Amino acid sequence: MWTLIARRVLIAIPTVILVSMFVFGLQHALPGDPILVIAGEERDPEAIERLKEIYRLNDPVPVQYVAWVGQALQGDFGRSMRTGEPVSKLIVQKLPVTIQLAVASMIFALAIGLPAGILAAVRKGTAVDYAASAVALSGLSIPNFWLGIMMILFISVELRLLPASGYVPFFEDPVGAIETLIMPAFVLGGGLAATIMRHTRSAMLEVLRADYIRTARAKGLDERVVINKHALANALVPVITLSTLLFGQLLAGAVLTEQVFTIPGFGKLIVDAVFNRDYGVVQGVVLCTAIGFIFMNLLADVLYIVVTPRLRTG
Amino acid sequence: MTDAQTAAPTADAAVRAAEALPPRRNRVLAKLLANRMALIGGGIVLTFVLLAVFAPLIAPYDPIKTNFLAIRRPPSELYWLGTDELGRDILSRLLHGARASLAAGVFSVFISVAIGVPVGLIAGWAGGWVDAIISRITDALLACPFLILAIAFAAVLGPSLTNAMIAIGLSAVPIFVRLARGQVIAVRNEDFVEGARAVGLPGPVILARHVAPNVLPPILVQATLTIAEAIIAEASLSFLGLGQQPPSPSWGSMLNAAKNFLDQAPWMSLFPGIAICLVVLGFNLLGDGLRDALDPKEN
Amino acid sequence: MKTKIAFAAALLAATAAFAPQAFAQQSVLRIGLQEDPDMLDPHRARTFVGRIVFKGLCDKLLDIDPELKLVPRLATEWSFSGDGLTLTMKLRAGAKFHDGAPINAAAVKANVDRARTHPESLRRSEVASVAEVTAVDDLTVAFKLRNRDATLLSQLADRAGMLLSPASLDGDVATRPVCSGPYRFVERVQNDRIVLERFADHWEAQNYAFDRIVYRAIPDTTVRLANLRSGELDMIERLAATDIKSAQGDRNLRVVSTPGIGYQGAMLNHNHGDASNNPFGKDKRVRQALSLALDRDVINQVVFEGTHPPTNQPFPSASPYFVKEIEVPKRDVAKARALLREAGVTTPLKLDMMVTNNPVDAQLGQVIQAMAAEAGFDLQLRSMEFATQLRESQQGRFQISRVGWSGRIDPDGNIHQFVTVGGGQNDGRYANPEVDRLLNEARTVYDFAERKKLYDQAIRIITDEVALLYLYNQPWYFALRTNVSGFTVSPDGMIRLAGIRKQ
Repeated sequence: MWTLIARRVLIAIPTVILVSMFVFGLQHALPGDPILVIAGEERDPEAIERLKEIYRLNDPVPVQYVAWVGQALQGDFGRSMRTGEPVSKLIVQKLPVTIQLAVASMIFALAIGLPAGILAAVRKGTAVDYAASAVALSGLSIPNFWLGIMMILFISVELRLLPASGYVPFFEDPVGAIETLIMPAFVLGGGLAATIMRHTRSAMLEVLRADYIRTARAKGLDERVVINKHALANALVPVITLSTLLFGQLLAGAVLTEQVFTIPGFGKLIVDAVFNRDYGVVQGVVLCTAIGFIFMNLLADVLYIVVTPRLRTG
Repeated sequence: MTDAQTAAPTADAAVRAAEALPPRRNRVLAKLLANRMALIGGGIVLTFVLLAVFAPLIAPYDPIKTNFLAIRRPPSELYWLGTDELGRDILSRLLHGARASLAAGVFSVFISVAIGVPVGLIAGWAGGWVDAIISRITDALLACPFLILAIAFAAVLGPSLTNAMIAIGLSAVPIFVRLARGQVIAVRNEDFVEGARAVGLPGPVILARHVAPNVLPPILVQATLTIAEAIIAEASLSFLGLGQQPPSPSWGSMLNAAKNFLDQAPWMSLFPGIAICLVVLGFNLLGDGLRDALDPKEN
Repeated sequence: MKTKIAFAAALLAATAAFAPQAFAQQSVLRIGLQEDPDMLDPHRARTFVGRIVFKGLCDKLLDIDPELKLVPRLATEWSFSGDGLTLTMKLRAGAKFHDGAPINAAAVKANVDRARTHPESLRRSEVASVAEVTAVDDLTVAFKLRNRDATLLSQLADRAGMLLSPASLDGDVATRPVCSGPYRFVERVQNDRIVLERFADHWEAQNYAFDRIVYRAIPDTTVRLANLRSGELDMIERLAATDIKSAQGDRNLRVVSTPGIGYQGAMLNHNHGDASNNPFGKDKRVRQALSLALDRDVINQVVFEGTHPPTNQPFPSASPYFVKEIEVPKRDVAKARALLREAGVTTPLKLDMMVTNNPVDAQLGQVIQAMAAEAGFDLQLRSMEFATQLRESQQGRFQISRVGWSGRIDPDGNIHQFVTVGGGQNDGRYANPEVDRLLNEARTVYDFAERKKLYDQAIRIITDEVALLYLYNQPWYFALRTNVSGFTVSPDGMIRLAGIRKQ
């Protein structure tokens, strides 16, 4: 098992390096540069030239990349050219915001997706199954940002039930945090719930067809015991793996959902940085989320190995 | 594919579908036709395609002609779905916008399939360091948030509908690379491939004649589902102002224009959103149906 | 596993950063901003929204009143020498920086020198006329000028005149400014909020009623207003034109406004690259035709619900430099067509127009497109991100580019850099030696009547030649909750915190 895990970790290293090269190259290909943006309304041509020199933007891109890597290896991810804030500080500021939203969405998704999936599998072919599938597909078909806008429109603006936006740290004000999280978590979690529901359903169906379940049933065990004790435990394995992967994706920040609900997390940070050509921030944050994503993938692999006896011994 | 809804889950569903080897086309078609959900999905998609094709004939008004005396009118007998911020008929813009949205979905997926599948086939077939390099690059691309990639590509290429399609297509390439590669590896050691190799057929011929046909069903399923995601992605890019250029309509750009009028003119954001949901639902139902029809276990 | 532990540690540390803070019994004013400000270093800052925050954070030598007259802040008296080459200022006694250091002539010298010489300073061109700053005595400072400069005082009434604690100048000013305003810096969460707290030792502390000021960046206009309605915010700036009516109808809210000092319109390409090699760039009649094709009243009604008055010149109607005789042209499609015929242009004339990719700009662009079409122009809209638009514009790849200017209190700031040769904003490379001469001379004339004559002549030329397409004046609209009182709107769109109270 350990060699397997070690191999996965080793494979992740070149991936991270590639991500950093790729992001660096891509953003330098963007038209315009940060200096034009930060030179301000006046855009004094002399100031633009001077700033380009200071930020070494006249150097060839590979030279800039090597310089960046050199600093990054010493733990210095540079500063935002827009605000002068250190990128590492931004990451530390935004990480809890993104994690809070990711956790809330995941809780929501699991709370809906799991029971719905189990129910649909157990009642396969009935109205319950079809209804669950229909709702799940609709969940996958509604654009998040549009759903978010509609919710703000009806729930915040018309009914004034929930705050339209913002971020309240959970440990500072749990009630306020939950109030601000309900809508974005519903919007983000809705799509995830659909995915989880469909996977739970098919995993359950597969398990229910397995021999040991038939045996358990043949022994005359109560159907509820069969489902809860035997089937569910086994069906959960792929669902846990899937949820870990989905969580990894959530770490990248929910770009448009954060935009719509003005949540100051990673997604909003990256988009603003891309539009402002704030190279250091894009570079640092995308790398950070990519590492998070790769790490969650690794974790999913490891979990899979751990819970699957065949691989553990082999 | 907005935010976290990526193709990962559908990909392995497609893999299962691929186990239906060799494909018996008639049976698959029969199964598809017997699937009521798939029929509904196909019906929705077909309807939208027809509406898009015949938009100039059906649309009651010119979708671009402004009328400053009829700005932001609510739905009425004259304007069934109301008018927008420049007095244009929303129904007419929706119909014409269907062209942009459907084209965006189909062409961007065409691009990702055209690039992703050959690359995946090569990786899976060649193995060794070729595979290692392609796989690491694919992993790296998949680790970057999809929408961020699309935004960056769209910004590099410059905003236009065509470039948005290319941007979405490029961002979705790794999904197809990974899928095609997995399929090749799965069939590489099957008897009929071994046989072909034993007879001494050259690699490219085996790849094209024996491997590719067996790889296609899951790609077809994935492509259908990715069209759905690409339509949402186009709407997202246009919503951020990186897609269709004014005054031509696309559903995403209509939503972008509606952003500041949520309160004053909710119909401006309501109807384009519903249109997107419907057509995406159509493609999702169709994709699901295809997958079930191609899946030997679902009997 | 190590990665996992490091990850968890980072998470824990991050959460700790948001640990509970005691806000009990504190009076807080929460202000909704349209954008997230940039660097909090007055010498390196560039944004309009950043200037709003500086009004609380940093004090400056001079300020303006709502009539745009200069008023004392840290400088109590000022005068030019007879030759106009020395500006002498008396400083306020007893004023302090946030670190307790006294505000004196040496501190002023240190700050202005930094603005003049810091490599990343964006204030250099604003104080370029200053050759040397000397501390005459502890509270008297003299600016020796290279040439007469009529714009200097207005620059010292803005960021170039803001004072940072000299001890902090070598530190991390952008993220931890130690300034001189009525409130001092507490914390900033990028894209979210900036928090200031009362500075008890400020020379005018009794006029500032709050313990804390929280600026929150909420770019979406609908969401910003929704937050004000729900009471999450106490006031917001730049209320969207289309939200004004509904905000006025809300009995919990009060809407206040004033005409702005800037203008909105479009930059035209006269002489920059291939894109200008056409009748539009070379023949003023074609540009006049475009201006005549537009109904500025309709633009105002359709896009701004009648709140943004039409204009045809760079100065606001309230400015003493406004030229009353130049009228906003009425739409005249027949005349526009005639001008195009006269110029020998085959219609439709295809032109490229850049707009920024936000909904208001897109709407405005399409209104212009539709109206211009009736006169024989075929405008191709290119809607792009702001950064790309800047690049395209800087490289001359445009014929018409939508621009706006927030406005400066001195007339020079609204015109010189846009139309003179080599001007930083003159991306269309408009060039007219007479205009250059008039505007350069106007910079050196201190007498109002003399100066106005020069501007009058220049404005007549540039409006006749349609150097830029001036379209409308953007007023500043603020919305406040009714329990907030004492806010005075100012034509520069700033939020001055003195006198604001909350019941």
